[in-house]
Amino acid sequence: MSKSRENILNYLRKQRSSVSESPDVYLPVHNWSQQEKTSRFIECMQAVRSEVHQLKDGDWISWLNKELPERNLHNVLVGQNETGEKFCQQATSSLKVQQYEKHIELWKHELFQKIDVGITTTRGGIAETGSLILWPDNDEPRLMSLVPPVHIALLEAGHLYETFAQAIHEQNWSSQMPTNALLISGPSKTADIEQTLAYGIHGPKQLIVLILG
Amino acid sequence: MNQTEAFSQRIDKALHNEQARKNFRTTMSGLMSKRAEQFPDNEELQQIRDQARAIRSHSLTNLPDLLEKLERQLVKNGIQVHWAETAEQANEIIYQILKTAKAKSLVKGKSMVSEETEMNHYLEKRGIEVLESDLGEFIIQLAHEPPSHIVAPAIHKNRQEVAELFHKFFPELGYTEDIDKMTLMARQILREKFEKADAGISGVNFAVAETGTLCLVENEGNGRLSTTSPNIHIAITGIEKVVEKLSDIPPLLSILTRSATGQPVTTYFNMISRPRQSGEKDGPQAVHLVLLDNRRSRIRMDEELLDTLRCIRCGACINHCPVYVQLGGHAYGTVYPGPIGTVLEPQRMGLDKIGTLTSACSMCGACGEVCPVRIPLPKLINRLRAESVNAERSDAQIQGKGSLRKLTEMNGWKIWKIIYSNALFYKGFCWFATRFRFITPPGISAWTNYRTAPKPAARSLSELARQEGFEDE
Ligand code: SF4
Repeated sequence: MSKSRENILNYLRKQRSSVSESPDVYLPVHNWSQQEKTSRFIECMQAVRSEVHQLKDGDWISWLNKELPERNLHNVLVGQNETGEKFCQQATSSLKVQQYEKHIELWKHELFQKIDVGITTTRGGIAETGSLILWPDNDEPRLMSLVPPVHIALLEAGHLYETFAQAIHEQNWSSQMPTNALLISGPSKTADIEQTLAYGIHGPKQLIVLILG
Repeated sequence: MNQTEAFSQRIDKALHNEQARKNFRTTMSGLMSKRAEQFPDNEELQQIRDQARAIRSHSLTNLPDLLEKLERQLVKNGIQVHWAETAEQANEIIYQILKTAKAKSLVKGKSMVSEETEMNHYLEKRGIEVLESDLGEFIIQLAHEPPSHIVAPAIHKNRQEVAELFHKFFPELGYTEDIDKMTLMARQILREKFEKADAGISGVNFAVAETGTLCLVENEGNGRLSTTSPNIHIAITGIEKVVEKLSDIPPLLSILTRSATGQPVTTYFNMISRPRQSGEKDGPQAVHLVLLDNRRSRIRMDEELLDTLRCIRCGACINHCPVYVQLGGHAYGTVYPGPIGTVLEPQRMGLDKIGTLTSACSMCGACGEVCPVRIPLPKLINRLRAESVNAERSDAQIQGKGSLRKLTEMNGWKIWKIIYSNALFYKGFCWFATRFRFITPPGISAWTNYRTAPKPAARSLSELARQEGFEDE
């Protein structure tokens, strides 16, 4: 269909040859302190029914070991990165922890049916909107934060940005976009029936954010 | 039946559907106040509108270059790019991709462009199972109805209607009118489909030329599932959706979600730049982008109408339109309803097909005031009205120009012009109209269907003024 391509481009070029300068980058600045960023982030997250906990750096493993069994989340999926390895080794025995190590084709049904919770790291967070930044990779694949009914995300407090624009700018996204980059700002939700909010339509029904540090 | 009669019939039907009208009224007022809450600072709002407009205008000015740049980047990233001039071509491209891959079943994220091309119908006729996975789209697919709103497609249905629909198709799940329970029902039904589907289809909110990135905005996660779980992902979008740089995205995303549903951001913002790479364990092995023209290049030819293409499909103009609130989306009889539909659809389908939509506008200006990219919608509606009766000569590439021109109306205005541009005629006319006011007709066709007929006053204003001692000059 390259004929269509030519036709379209030719038509677009036919009349307008003018070019314009790119508009300036929009980079609003709030000058929030670390504390302000954290509280804003938590406030936004909670407004859409996410659960947020602030933990001391190394406490997340014990938190999970206590909370997961209490919440009946026994089948746990972690990545193959350091965080995943660590939890695999230190998880309490009542949990069945597995790493995402096979290609999806080999265990799709199991992932869809058997996993209760996926635990992932994040690349940072955005205070203004209460969003997590995820760049899934070989070790923490894309479906981990999507298919299990509960998603637990670990966020380093020091990796909070004021705005999305700031994150893109400071992390220099444009020169290194990954296969898939995500902002996640709460559990899956819909308002398609009578504009009434309902949670857990397709993605995780519950999002738990553990802020570390 | 001509298009005006057909439109009148749809309006009549819509006005008699009390239930649906109630649904629209409550929903639209909710959406309006939620939007307003997101913009407490008017200065910030106007600033970000300027920014969004500048970004979109820049895209349109440089469209051919940016499309080529986008294509280069996408291809470099391993995404296959297809170009379609017409809806038919787009459908055929998608069908061929599916056929080659022996894909039989398809899950779809929300895509208005695929509504525009009537893709579901095309593929189903060729034996492919197509399932809408956005909850609203899923509901109307079951009901065999078109969307009534671009953001909330099933907004004309209330919970009882949805409950009955679910019960009819999935009796084994039991009957409930509880929205949370119905939502979980839909989750259960669609999960299995996501697991098994051969391919996923999605729309695109923004396509970034600089990085070759397709951006999707959503709350449900069905967009992510459709673009991650099946082995093939096909995205379809209009050629106008490209933007130059990644740094253009934050302001557009922010004003889009705040204008559309009054959310600071949606649950998911999904940016796709590549198919699955070696070492990655999930994601589609093949990603395709179909770029659809469907007369957009024609719209772009006209200096004024070009603004139509800045649209980021937020739906705010629809939510704030007093005509839409009364009628709902189906009365328009088009894919896109409300002000943006009134501007876009006659240009896409022809004034001879649907130009009459422009008559259902009160020129209140609300749409233009809320549009995040400052499209002067009322001005464009007015322009299309003029085009539909050939009021001015223009080079605009619209089909059916002048098709709504009526001899009686034209002659009426010609006579009016003669009378009003000649002092003697005007005086004579006033004298006649006031002295013989008793012979004015009691009904003037459609005008008096819902209004009483106007009657001239006993004396004209200038006569009264003269009596009061005012001079003529
Ligand atoms: S015309 Fe403006 S207000 Fe209407 S949908 Fe498009 S961007 Fe939104």
